[in-house]
Amino acid sequence: MTNNSYNEVMARRSEIIKKAVGIDYGKYEIDRIAFDYEQMMNDVGYSLDEVRRIQLDRAVGNTPLIELRNITELARKYAPAGHGARIFVKDEAANASGSYKARRAALSVYEAKKKGYKGVIAATSGNYGAAVASQAAMAGLRSIIVQETYDSRGVGQPEIIEKARKCEALGAEVVQLSVGPELFYSVLLLLEKTGYYNASLYTPTAVASVETLGYEIAEQCREKLGRDPDVVIATNAGGGNLTGTARGLIKANCKAKVVAASVNLRGLHMASDTQFNKKSFTTGHTGFGMPFSTWPDRTDVPRSAARPMRYMEDYLTVAQGEVFYITEMLATLEGLEKGPAGNTALAVAFGYAQTMPRDAILVVQETEYTGAGKHVQPQLSFARDNGIDIHFGNPKDEVPGESIILPEDPSLIAPIKQDMNRLRQSLIRNATKELQEELTNEEVNFLADETNTNANYVKDVVNRLQEK
Amino acid sequence: MVKKGAWVRIHNVVLTPDQRASQVPDDTKKVPLEMWVKGRLMDDADIGDTVIIRTRTNREAKGVLLEENPHYWHNFGKFVPELLKVSEQVWAALFGGDQA
Repeated sequence: MTNNSYNEVMARRSEIIKKAVGIDYGKYEIDRIAFDYEQMMNDVGYSLDEVRRIQLDRAVGNTPLIELRNITELARKYAPAGHGARIFVKDEAANASGSYKARRAALSVYEAKKKGYKGVIAATSGNYGAAVASQAAMAGLRSIIVQETYDSRGVGQPEIIEKARKCEALGAEVVQLSVGPELFYSVLLLLEKTGYYNASLYTPTAVASVETLGYEIAEQCREKLGRDPDVVIATNAGGGNLTGTARGLIKANCKAKVVAASVNLRGLHMASDTQFNKKSFTTGHTGFGMPFSTWPDRTDVPRSAARPMRYMEDYLTVAQGEVFYITEMLATLEGLEKGPAGNTALAVAFGYAQTMPRDAILVVQETEYTGAGKHVQPQLSFARDNGIDIHFGNPKDEVPGESIILPEDPSLIAPIKQDMNRLRQSLIRNATKELQEELTNEEVNFLADETNTNANYVKDVVNRLQEK
Repeated sequence: MVKKGAWVRIHNVVLTPDQRASQVPDDTKKVPLEMWVKGRLMDDADIGDTVIIRTRTNREAKGVLLEENPHYWHNFGKFVPELLKVSEQVWAALFGGDQA
């Protein structure tokens, strides 16, 4: 009989994943730490036009680009003279399943169907579950969504319960688990048992699917405004959203600066049973954004296609209170009621626009659907019931897990710039820490690509790390 | 008694505390990894019995029978007065308070 203990199943992981994804990652490996990322992405085998066609056939893509005139006007009230860029938002909630994740699921499910899998499995408590369920329904495939849902008291975030409801409404089987990273163990067992496709968020297919989003932004700005956007802000968690969008902009020959945004959850442990329900954001936060940016290969596939440090030029964080505030602002001033998590980048945009000239164009690249459970009202109500102190003040004083501080007035929406050099160094340190001998030239070049720097920069960091 | 074929929710323990992964934080290691899943009951049973169900993907799963016809409880929560204040504040900041 097969041994299904945690360690035995984890030992079989690469064999299970290979079968469930159908990619031989080994062929991209170059050196100890280097691999051919571009080749891996090229092997997706669909041109951007083909991806667009597949997505459009499945009610995904071509979402509206909406100018937020009133929010822009308000931001200008707090900006220095001549400043306050025009803010636009890409209304990704208009996709089939209510978020940009529909793009990511569309191609993966298409692949699964083409390769003859009978169903798909995805590990997600977020919008991706609904996206996979929706696309699987269209393709006539079965789907299983595995969620981290409850703490040991059996209490679950209303947002996650709502996602379970939506997945089930779309025909998925939802497997709910209590807190812990062994969720991956359960997924492996399910993959082994069912022989389904692993609709990982981190395959080349899943990330290439987001390229259409970046491409559409460039195209729509050119059509509507006669010019390219100056800055595109993407919420950053696992990194695929930013990576795909940036690659799409590049494919459109658009040189917009790509900026990452995350909710600051510093101090909260993501695998902690007691802290699980102390946070009000289940994704788009630093608990994923920081580790996944500086060490991408920590996912359910051997090599993650999401490598955001290759593309981001700035990384800013906001407090939970700032995102809830901007969500209410979006409803009041623009007549758009959207889910809070999808507004992380918008909260950053409100501050970022104030640093840019008035004629500059800033695009927030997503919105998400909202509804019972997944809405600013129930999420704050849930936080209050879990002992979180909600009050007005300066969001800079917010302590994740203890307080949610709504800005006393809009001038206090002030995203915090992260030190990009520290993040780059952290990536290099993570990638090289197991190495005994010096880096080869190929490895140096690989790390230069990974950090969007150059060979001298990498060598300098490595030398300084060795001195320590 | 819950009848065979009823739509139910079951619960089981996937990993006991001593079987949990080594990297799990201490508070999480004290509790088991639990699982909940829904499906059709294979045989008549009572709440609390260990049962087998057939899930939407035609998979068999075993666990303790929790409830029949499980429903969602999530809603829009209790009123959060701060949100009304935010709404009034941003309106006033842009359009002027007295004209609201």
